[in-house]
This record gives sequence, structure tokens and C-alpha cells, in this order.
Amino acid sequence: MTAARRVAGKLGGLLLTLFLASLLVFFSRFLVPGDPVSFLLRGRKPSPEAIAQVTAQYGLDLPPWQQYLNWLAGILHGDFGRSLQYRQDVTAVIGERLPVTLGLVVMAGLMIAVVGLVGGIVAALNRGRILDRSVLIGLTVLGAIPSFVGSIVLIAVFAVQLGWFPSFGSGDGGFLDTVYHLVLPSIALAVVFVVLVGKVTRSSMVDQLGREHVEVATSRGLGRATVVRRHVFRNAIGPILTVSGLLVAGLIVASSIVEAAFGLAGIGSLLVQSVDRLDFPVVQAIVLLVVFAFVVVNAIIDILEPWVDPRSAAGAGAR
Amino acid sequence: MTTPTLALEVLRAPRARPANTAYVISLVVLGVLTLAAIFAPWVAPYDPDQVDLGAVYASPSTAHWLGTDALGRDTLSRMIYGARTALLAPLIVVVASTIIGILLGLLAGWRGGWLDSVLGRIFDVVFAFPSLLIAIMAVALFGKGLVAPVIAMSIAYAPFVARLTRSLVASERSRPYVSAYRVQGFSGGWIATRRVLPNVTPIVGAQSTLNFGYVLAELAALSFLGLGVQAPTADWGAMINEAQAGLLGGHFLPAIVPAVAVVIAVVAVNVIGEELSDRIGGGSPA
Repeated sequence: MTAARRVAGKLGGLLLTLFLASLLVFFSRFLVPGDPVSFLLRGRKPSPEAIAQVTAQYGLDLPPWQQYLNWLAGILHGDFGRSLQYRQDVTAVIGERLPVTLGLVVMAGLMIAVVGLVGGIVAALNRGRILDRSVLIGLTVLGAIPSFVGSIVLIAVFAVQLGWFPSFGSGDGGFLDTVYHLVLPSIALAVVFVVLVGKVTRSSMVDQLGREHVEVATSRGLGRATVVRRHVFRNAIGPILTVSGLLVAGLIVASSIVEAAFGLAGIGSLLVQSVDRLDFPVVQAIVLLVVFAFVVVNAIIDILEPWVDPRSAAGAGAR
Repeated sequence: MTTPTLALEVLRAPRARPANTAYVISLVVLGVLTLAAIFAPWVAPYDPDQVDLGAVYASPSTAHWLGTDALGRDTLSRMIYGARTALLAPLIVVVASTIIGILLGLLAGWRGGWLDSVLGRIFDVVFAFPSLLIAIMAVALFGKGLVAPVIAMSIAYAPFVARLTRSLVASERSRPYVSAYRVQGFSGGWIATRRVLPNVTPIVGAQSTLNFGYVLAELAALSFLGLGVQAPTADWGAMINEAQAGLLGGHFLPAIVPAVAVVIAVVAVNVIGEELSDRIGGGSPA
């Protein structure tokens, strides 16, 4: 199969998954029994203007499939409707809060990559020894610390007791100040995910270390470092990339917990607040964005894999 | 080969390797937590909702082993009562998702063809929604509490179970014993449910126990966010949520105690789940 056809096939699958996900997000509202106007205006005074607004926004007088098409057409133009709590466009509300979440996810992602890769590689190179076992135990313990537990422990120790880091907010907007404010939140976010990257790195490396081609490379007189770098790690990257892609959506959703704990104004805390204040258009938009990010990142990894690891293009038989 | 391995037999089987200390400790911990949850009214020293404004933020003492919270409620008693939702809700999710997943996986793996493709595509879509997101969405639709999230998460976890079941059933289908039954004239449905299903269930069941810890942590997170169990009910997540304000004032125990309880419970069920999967031999049919 040529590269172009493979990419086209992947893109087709991507669009199909996104389409089905959008159906799920849109039609979930129809699972709630009762009148759609009163569902969308729960907890609010159903004033004639409010009723007219949601009726127009969702086209509630139209048949459901027509409502869906209008909604989808709006989204393709970047229009997610209007927020019921802010009386602003959903796109503007989300856009304002996106940078904090992105910063948080990027910082946590870097921590996960560094700690996970180093831990996994160290463990694999010392497999069976004390160091291997301690790294594995350490990873398992980290993996059992959910982000809300990590958040409150970090706040208690490093913000309240030691006073090294702030416990609230994302700072004055300057780059360094933002990074400083996001240190504790991104650690809390990263902790639970490190175990996945660490364990898959270790097992992928161990798998490669036992292969014949590694023995051949060693017997050719290549140094240990060269063998590990060129013949072991390069071959072990595939599964690590795949697992990292799967983490993306989890990271964004878990950031809602961390944002709530540290009082950060990101889209995670916006999601929780919108559920709390019954602002369904915002909830729909954020859910769709998370799913979109997950599907697109995984498709990119899927498409890039043959360039990182040419064997995967040739099919599983070549492994 | 066709004798089904029951989870109980595996538990009782003579050990091929030395007893795993972590596994034994975890069983004891989970056992104690379960008993505490069941017998909470008899075990807890105080009523979990009993407000005592004379003992606000009391330090640990013989009267209050783990201190009290902002309203003078006994933290130990609240932790014991909190074990009820913490253990029961994930149990429901794991059992329900395992049953749904095994049925769908059996259908996809046994029938194959277009049904397999359609189900596979649906699973892919569900995988794109993290389970916590599905739970949050369920709250957005049906209101706060644990009922909607528990149902939603049972559906969210089912595809993981289904995919494993499907691959096991698909490899089982080509084994000689299946052909032997076919030749004898047994119907496909009978072979699938009476002979193949018992062979794959223990492996799938062991793997499913590994979901318990995730579900427990996610439901606690939901209550921490104020979307699940509502304060003042004693629940680990809701307790941490309530204790957040005191945290900044240096009152750590009311938040740390339920947090440690979550971690201990998650570690214990994960150790048990991994040990069970190892013993039963996850992935490759025995």
C-alpha cells in the first residue's frame, strides 16, 4: 500500500470517528425526557427572550436531524452557540480559557515524557536488579495517586507548609510567572500518567534488548551506549508513542480536577462550572473539543509512525 | 483443555511460586475496608454527620483518633462511612461493564463479519471519550449524584472488556474442540455460550478487576468536583472537596485522611487485580 493511500484511509477513519462522536454529543440531549426548552433552561427563569434565544440557537422548532445539521454547520464555522451563563459566544468563553489548560497539559506532558522515559530506560537497562524493582515500585505508587490527591498533598506541603509555590490562580500573565504558578498543578496532573509511559518504555526496551539484532550489534564491537541508542531505543519508540497519544484526552479531562483544586481558569474548570450552572452549550462544546483533540492527535501519531519506524509501514509481519 | 478454570479454583490452586506478600496484605486491607463499610454503624465511633462546634478541627486524640473537620465531625467515622460509596459504586460499574462487555465481545468475536466491524467502530468512538468525561456529561444531562455517572461509566468501560473478549473468542473459535462440537451437531449459539464463554470468562474477569481502581478514583474525583456525591454526605471525594478551604488554613487531616484512604484502596485493588491476571494468564488462553 502506498503512503498516500494509507494516509487517505486513516483520514477517512478519522472523519468517520469524529462524525459519530458529534452525533453522540448532539443527540445525548434527546436522552433526557421532557421538553427540550425546559431542559436547556433548567434553573433559569424561562423568560420569553430566553425561550426565543435557545429556540433559535438550537432551532428547536425544526426536526432533530435539521437541528443537528445546523449545529454542525455552525461548528464548522467556529460557532458553538451562546453560553447561557455568560451571555457570550461559547467560542469566546472557551478561547479565553484555553491557554491555561494548554500550558498545564504541555508542562505535564513534558514531565511525563522525561520521568517516564528516564525511569523506563533505567529500569530496562537494569532489569531484574534492585534498581529495576525500585523504579517499578515507584511508578506503581505514583500511578495510584489520583490528581485530586496529588493536588491537595502538594498544596498542603509546598504551598501552605513551605510556602514555595502559590496555591491559587495562574499569575499575572507573564510567561515565567505563569510557569511558576503551573508547577504544582502540572506535577499533580502528571503523576498518575507517568506509570503508563514508564512501564511501556521499560517493556518495549526489554523486548528489544532480548532480540538477536542487538546481540549482533554488540558482537560487532559497538559500544553499549551506541547499541542502546541506535538499536534498542529507536526500535522501542513505536509503542511509547502510541501510549502517549492515548493519554491526551485523559490529560485534558484530568486537568479539570487540577484546575478546580488550584483555582485555575482553564477549560477544565469551565467544564465543571458549566455542568454546575446548567450551561449545556458550553458542556457540549468542551466535550467535542476533547474528543477532537484525542482523535486528531492519535491520527497524527498513527500517520507519523512509519516515518519513525519504517517497519510498521511494511506490516506486522516484519517485526 | 476445555475444562473451564474458575476464578475460585485459581485462588485455591497450590502456588507455583512463593506467596506474594503485597497480594496478601492487599487482600487483608480490602477485606478490612469491606467489613468496615458493611458494618459502618457498629464500627464507627461517632455518627458521621454529628456536628460538634465545640471540637472544630480537633487534633487526633483518644476521643477522635483522626481528629475532626471544620464542623467538628469525627474524621475517622466519616472515612468509615465513606468506604460504602467508594467500594459499592465501582463494584457495580465493574460487574455491569464486564457483563455488557462479555456479551458484546462474544457477539463480535463469534459472529465476525459486518457485525464485528460495526461494533469495532462503535467501540473506537467510545474510546475517544475518556470515562471521566462521559461521567461528567451524564451529570450535565441527568443531574448531580452517582446514579447517572455509574450507568454512564458502566457503558464507558464495556468496550475495553468487549475488545479483550472479542480477541479471545476469535482465537478460541478456530480451536479443534469447537470444530468437534460442530461436527457433533451442536448449534453455534450453544457452543459459544456453553463451551467458549466459560473458557474466556476467567481471563476477562481478572482483567476487569484492574478497572476497579480506575473507577474508584474517577468517581471520587467526580465527588471532589462537586458533581457526584453531595456534601454533607460522608464520601471520600466529597470530604476532600469540603476540606479544601481548611487546607489553606493549615488543617490538613480532614483532607489528607480521605485522600490516603483513596490511595490505599486503589493500590490494594490494583495489586489484587494484577496478581489475579498473572495467575489466570491474561491474554493467552490457557
